[in-house]
Amino acid sequence: MSGYWAGILSILAINIVFAYGIFLPVATGQLNLGGAGFQALGAYAAAYASASFGLPVYVTIPLAALLAGAIGALIAFPILRTRGVYLVLATFAFAEVVAGSILNSETLGGAMGLSVPAFIDWQIPVAVAVLVSLFVFYLMSTRFGLTMRAAHDDEVVTDLMGVNIRKTQVTAFGLGAALAGLAGGLYAHTFSFVEIQGFNAVVSIYVLLYVLLGGTQTAWGPIVGATFFTMLPEVLRETLPTVKQTLATLVGITEPVAPPDESWRLVILGVLTVLMMAFRPEGLITRTMMERLQFRRSPSRAAAEVSA
Amino acid sequence: MTTDMLSIEGVSKNFGGLSVISEVSFSVPEGGRVALIGPNGAGKTTMFNLVSGVYRQTAGAIRLRGHDISNVPSRKRVRLGMARSFQNIRLMPHLSVIENVMLGQQARTKSLADMAMPLSGSRWRREAETLLGEMGLDTYPGEVVATLPYGIRKKIEVVRALAAQPQLLLLDEPAAGLNQTETASLRDFLMGISRRGVTLLVVEHDMGLVRSLCDHAVVLNFGRKIYEGSTQTVHEDPLVLEAYLGPRHNVAQGAVTNNGVAGDAA
Ligand SMILES: Nc1ncnc2c1ncn2[C@@H]1O[C@H](COP(=O)(O)OP(=O)(O)O)[C@@H](O)[C@H]1O
Ligand SMILES: [Mg+2]
Repeated sequence: MSGYWAGILSILAINIVFAYGIFLPVATGQLNLGGAGFQALGAYAAAYASASFGLPVYVTIPLAALLAGAIGALIAFPILRTRGVYLVLATFAFAEVVAGSILNSETLGGAMGLSVPAFIDWQIPVAVAVLVSLFVFYLMSTRFGLTMRAAHDDEVVTDLMGVNIRKTQVTAFGLGAALAGLAGGLYAHTFSFVEIQGFNAVVSIYVLLYVLLGGTQTAWGPIVGATFFTMLPEVLRETLPTVKQTLATLVGITEPVAPPDESWRLVILGVLTVLMMAFRPEGLITRTMMERLQFRRSPSRAAAEVSA
Repeated sequence: MTTDMLSIEGVSKNFGGLSVISEVSFSVPEGGRVALIGPNGAGKTTMFNLVSGVYRQTAGAIRLRGHDISNVPSRKRVRLGMARSFQNIRLMPHLSVIENVMLGQQARTKSLADMAMPLSGSRWRREAETLLGEMGLDTYPGEVVATLPYGIRKKIEVVRALAAQPQLLLLDEPAAGLNQTETASLRDFLMGISRRGVTLLVVEHDMGLVRSLCDHAVVLNFGRKIYEGSTQTVHEDPLVLEAYLGPRHNVAQGAVTNNGVAGDAA
């Protein structure tokens, strides 16, 4: 496999794991805009353990998940007392605190960053992404997954049904933080270098977009969302110059035109995001959509529908 | 002597300065079928919210089989054997019909294993399917609730409450929006539930249903209890008539029919 495709595959796998980390709280009704903070915790935990103690990746990467998960569960207790936009701000503020602390820590390299000795190729992120996806699909098929989705829809009634809402939300938030940290650990060893500028607010916004635009009702959403947003810039990189050349030809310019500016990709990404929010506010993949697909596949249900 | 399933003892509820329930006492005997009626705004739904623990009463005690449950958190009350439905349908819109019913089973989970086992193909799922079948709702198990007609959703609310296998079932206007045939089949269904020993407390405006289902009625008006007694004579009570029809009406005018104490009560 070429280095280019290996790189893309690694990023895609890391983004899918990261997206699942945000999906779990969001599916429970908790917007988490602090994704980059949890990813940074994992990335620095792995980087530091690898650089300072020479620990192998099969130790550093689980460590990244554990540390971010533990901190996530701890801060979930105070942070989940807030609601709506205040919760969004609180998670955002948490990520800023993490970034600020790392920036001011000499041990963690401050603004200079840390280099990570142990390098992993695309196989490990991809294997982890597959395992994490299977885990989330399993989780959403259990009664715990059911109570998560119920809490998302109506907290008062879910509580009256006998569900401990706080336990459900803290668990989902903590598990999500662990997955974001896991994505961070994979990141550190894939890029062999971590610097705090790489875990900024835009990263938190993007991963939340993967989840919201992919759809929060099924475990398919984060895969679709992360894949779409990871691959789109690459596709645009390939096709935009051709598109511009074609447009130029149409208006009568025959000589070769300069390839379009980088910023055009962001513009197109932004426009697509707005369009998706307008036309698929519940995300690309919805329950109803999966239900329809299943109806088509199962002949007995189809028969039941005809006779009904 | 039988113990009462539910006793409401001098219960009051204020919202800020507004008194919504004032010193109401009544009890529901074990296995009984009691109607809680009264004009709109009388405080019936608020009473359900106090019993189920959505709100805490300002004064008085609520007892379940003799035990004061006032300090029991709402999520634990269902585990003591009570379940309720909601007047304004409160199903989970993004869950399928069967998932809503399986959520209703939550109070019967015992261990972590119950939470960690996949639901598809489980005994929980088979049981929910059976329960839906008994209500004649088995054509829709996989459908997302949000898109279903009102009458169907109203019935799913009852099934979800039953999935907890409660000893005390609180139903808030279960027949609202159902046609006559559906109401009759709902009554037969609830009678069957009652024969299995489940105690019923029902808020309902359809007096036909009230009389054919319940033997005992408690009437609230402006948060006070104005009547407690047989459902067969409730429409003859002067205070009840006044509550529904205003002070100038009385029995002699014969405004009360067999089909309803008051047409405007819905
Ligand atoms: N949370 C609340 N805050 C303030 N007032 C309330 C609240 N809930 C109910 N009420 C008031 O209590 C009164 C009784 O309401 P409700 O119990 O819904 O009546 P019913 O179910 O008998 O029609 C109404 O006047 C209603 O506005
Ligand atoms: Mg009401």
